[in-house]
Amino acid sequence: MTGIVTFLTKGSRPFWLALLVITWALSTWSFPLYKALGARWIIKFPKKYELSLDTWISNAMTWLVEDAHFILFTFRDLTRFIAAMIEIPYRIMRSLLIDGFSLGQGQQAIEIAPSISWIAIIGAMAALAFYAKNRALAWLAGLCFAYLAVFGQWESAMVTLASVLIAVPIGVGGGLALGILSYRHPWFERLLRPLLDLMQTVPVFAYLVPILFLFGFGPVSALVATVIYAMPPMVRVATVALHSVPEEIIEAGRMVGSKPRQLMWKVLVPTALPSLMVGVNQVIMLSLNMVIIASMIGAGGLGYDVLTSLRRLDIGGGIEAGLAIVVMAIALDRVSQAFAIRRVRPRPDPSKPLYLRYPLLSFVMALTVITTLLGLWIPAFRLYPEALTITTGSIWSTIMEWINVTFFDTLEAIKTFFLTYLLLPVKRFFTGIPWAWGIIVMGLISARLGGWKLGLMAALMTLFIAANGLWAKAMITVYLVSVSVLIASAIGIPLGVWAGQNARANTVIGTLIDTLQTLPSFVYLIPVVMLFRVGDFSAMIAVVLYALAPAVRYAAHGIRSIDPELIDAGKAAGCTDRQLLVRIKMPLAAPSLLLGLNQTIMLALSMLVITALVGTRDLGQEVYIALTKANTGQGIIAGLSVAFIAIMADRIVTALARTSQERLGVK
Amino acid sequence: MERSVKLECRGVWKVYGAQPESFLAKHNGAPTTADFESERMIGAVRDANVQVYEGEIFVIMGLSGSGKSTLVRCLSRLIESTAGEINFEGRNLLTMTDAELIEVRRKKMGMVFQHFALLPHLTVLQNAAFPLEIQGVSLKDREARARQMIELVGLQGREDYYPRQLSGGQQQRVGIARSLVAEPDLWFLDEPFSALDPLIRREMQDEFLRLQSMLHKTIVFITHDFDEAIRLADRIAVMKDGSIEQIDTPENLVMNPATPYVEEFTRHIPRAKVMKLQSIMSKGVPDGDYAGDLAGHLTVADTVLQLDQAGLPFRVLDQDGSPVGTVGSKDAVDIMIGRTVG
Ligand SMILES: Nc1ncnc2c1ncn2[C@@H]1O[C@H](COP(=O)(O)OP(=O)(O)OP(=O)(O)O)[C@@H](O)[C@H]1O
Ligand SMILES: [Mg+2]
Repeated sequence: MTGIVTFLTKGSRPFWLALLVITWALSTWSFPLYKALGARWIIKFPKKYELSLDTWISNAMTWLVEDAHFILFTFRDLTRFIAAMIEIPYRIMRSLLIDGFSLGQGQQAIEIAPSISWIAIIGAMAALAFYAKNRALAWLAGLCFAYLAVFGQWESAMVTLASVLIAVPIGVGGGLALGILSYRHPWFERLLRPLLDLMQTVPVFAYLVPILFLFGFGPVSALVATVIYAMPPMVRVATVALHSVPEEIIEAGRMVGSKPRQLMWKVLVPTALPSLMVGVNQVIMLSLNMVIIASMIGAGGLGYDVLTSLRRLDIGGGIEAGLAIVVMAIALDRVSQAFAIRRVRPRPDPSKPLYLRYPLLSFVMALTVITTLLGLWIPAFRLYPEALTITTGSIWSTIMEWINVTFFDTLEAIKTFFLTYLLLPVKRFFTGIPWAWGIIVMGLISARLGGWKLGLMAALMTLFIAANGLWAKAMITVYLVSVSVLIASAIGIPLGVWAGQNARANTVIGTLIDTLQTLPSFVYLIPVVMLFRVGDFSAMIAVVLYALAPAVRYAAHGIRSIDPELIDAGKAAGCTDRQLLVRIKMPLAAPSLLLGLNQTIMLALSMLVITALVGTRDLGQEVYIALTKANTGQGIIAGLSVAFIAIMADRIVTALARTSQERLGVK
Repeated sequence: MERSVKLECRGVWKVYGAQPESFLAKHNGAPTTADFESERMIGAVRDANVQVYEGEIFVIMGLSGSGKSTLVRCLSRLIESTAGEINFEGRNLLTMTDAELIEVRRKKMGMVFQHFALLPHLTVLQNAAFPLEIQGVSLKDREARARQMIELVGLQGREDYYPRQLSGGQQQRVGIARSLVAEPDLWFLDEPFSALDPLIRREMQDEFLRLQSMLHKTIVFITHDFDEAIRLADRIAVMKDGSIEQIDTPENLVMNPATPYVEEFTRHIPRAKVMKLQSIMSKGVPDGDYAGDLAGHLTVADTVLQLDQAGLPFRVLDQDGSPVGTVGSKDAVDIMIGRTVG
């Protein structure tokens, strides 16, 4: 008995081999087995034991929205209040940027003030970039926004920008506040952390469902979802940033007699500012990403254009809107990053007049007033004249058509090859696994790597998935993620290793990866669908593209952070370059590679849910269906299932990384 | 006795910064400190000329940042020098192909590192066997060799430990075992004991001298500790800001410093620690009573107690063991209290 226990918890190679062989055998023969024994429960969780959690949740939500009373107000009053709090600033922002201010509704509306001229907005963006860094960045930002005007994407872009501009301050402010609370009160941090972990693993679509239910279709829902999605990283960054302020600086602050509040705002926050700006950058990029996705629940803007184009298979329109998103993402990312590393400059001389002290600000103000006033008489100042816009849609359609016609056979061959030799076998393997064995296996693997508690947790989570009737879909998710992560690692790790060893490769690969990572996830779907149409293969490619970055980054980082003395030691012992790589660099980079793997899996999962739009039949589809039917229970259960898969993967890979770190003696 | 030159470098420069070659060329291969400063270049090694003789312990000594590590990495071609010429056993090291260089490192050179540079994923035994492993030596042979080395450095019984389970001194013993396992002729040690506590450091120095008395390697030893240098060195090169100020025996460095920097540096070194009996003895051995014989390479500090207690003078022996002079307690005490030092 003890022998078995040791074998199960400590065994090494034989254990893994046995597990694999049994799983493979069961997966291959589960169907014949069910036929032979007439035991349907082998392949399908028995209906009568299935939990009806989804119905309970849906009913609870309905009660909440329709009947819940707090003493002074109903729950519906509360949501209406929140909606108004968000809606009003959003309306104002939209009016400023694009709609103009008007009184009255619909046809009778009379405009009382115009929106800001497009020229002023481009100028403001360029000025901001110049303030953050230099002339080159100003040109970049200015040109990016000018692109939006010239290529006819201005209105949608401004709608998207309005959402981002509202979501970011809320996300940053809320994140900072929660971060400060976590920093001050360890118990709060302990409370918040699991919540943040969960928020990061629950797929975005999943919380669109309850939000949609609470706030209805429209920009408010989209903004709420955006803030929820974009805030967690800010909380984390803020907590870490505050914690890493050197003890001596805090002591210096105490010794001059700061009160706690002064210590926070005059010492801690300013010292942590550069790191906090990194968080701000993340909030901006995540907000943009989510605003695009939230076009499904009424955010409008560029995301909506992409979505409708995708639905109509309007190739040109999709690419145009997609490029506009790319351009906007690059501009926002580069400028906010520049702020994070901006050097402090001397204060302007207070004896000078105001407009000389703040020349950039004065310039932007003057530009705004003049161009907007001119816009009242000359429409070209208000909106970029339609006659002058350049449409590239038809060009893109032609190009895509040409590619599809010319390379049809090649593309088809690639697709078939991957489907036959990789995707389908893996799919068969995973979907064949009987649910009961799946629970046991997850428990065993997790227990072996992370102790019995983790094993129990994994087994329960797997049981949850099976008991809610989602086993088959979950296995499709697992199969797609596995294949995508495999390919992303196969491409990303060699690239990263190369970048880690070679400065020139690093600049090229680094720029590429940075750009890939700034793009909102939606954008990846466009080219993929156009080349390979809908299906698992398209989904896989989009996921690989989206999840590539961490594999590359962590590999490069792992290689680069090896102690140079160890490399010298290898060289002094007479290693060839190959031996150096295989025997020294790779083993030492292993923990970093595993952390990269972890991130790759997380990104792959989050992207996979979005690829439900291109017709996968996995948990993402389940969430997506729930979204279209506004079925809160179904959405939450499917979302939780994805989150559980993510959490199990995270814990297992983290445990692996920890073992390898211990083996290397790094902490 | 003329000893052969094992390793030699002439006019070696290592310049960091943008386009170091053209920077050197612009200043005719000899930029001044002012040139370096005005063009924001770093001269980590400047015009180094060194000859290391077979079987000697050659110490390169200098303060932190003076370029010792850079010089020794140029000498082993771990980094490429910007200019200059390096000969190892009469072969030009800088024109060797990568394959030749790897062969030389595998068979002829060993190196010990300041922070041990042990591979954390390998055990003590595997670390010590690593150089043989990459040469493709069979498991049995390399482990047998590595065991011998581990025994030599006194770590038997810890073969299956991982580096992190050892103390600093023990880790450096593994580093030493690894550097010796392939039986190199030329042994580089870059501040091998600097990361250790003073007591351990002394113990390791004794260990090092013991090993060298058995192995007779040619050694290039880096240190920033002058006491360590005079304990170990046959000859010392003193570096400052990338240039070599003086190369000489410990004794001559103290007695005849070539530059104000060296003088400043050696001022506080007790003469007794560097003066050897053969340089303070009275030449010739008149007949008479002697307390005994002492080897001429011993220092005054090593022998003063013996000399003082004996009452009678000692005979001083040269390298071949024949008496060449005499020394008495007064000679030693004079040195100790600085009476004869001008
Ligand atoms: N890769 C590099 N790039 C630029 N400068 C360097 C580089 N490596 C070394 N240097 C500079 O060269 C000079 C000599 O460095 P080196 O490491 O040789 O000093 P050291 O004498 O070994 O000092 P320590 O006792 O601290 O090890 C230093 O000023 C250092 O900053
Ligand atoms: Mg050094």
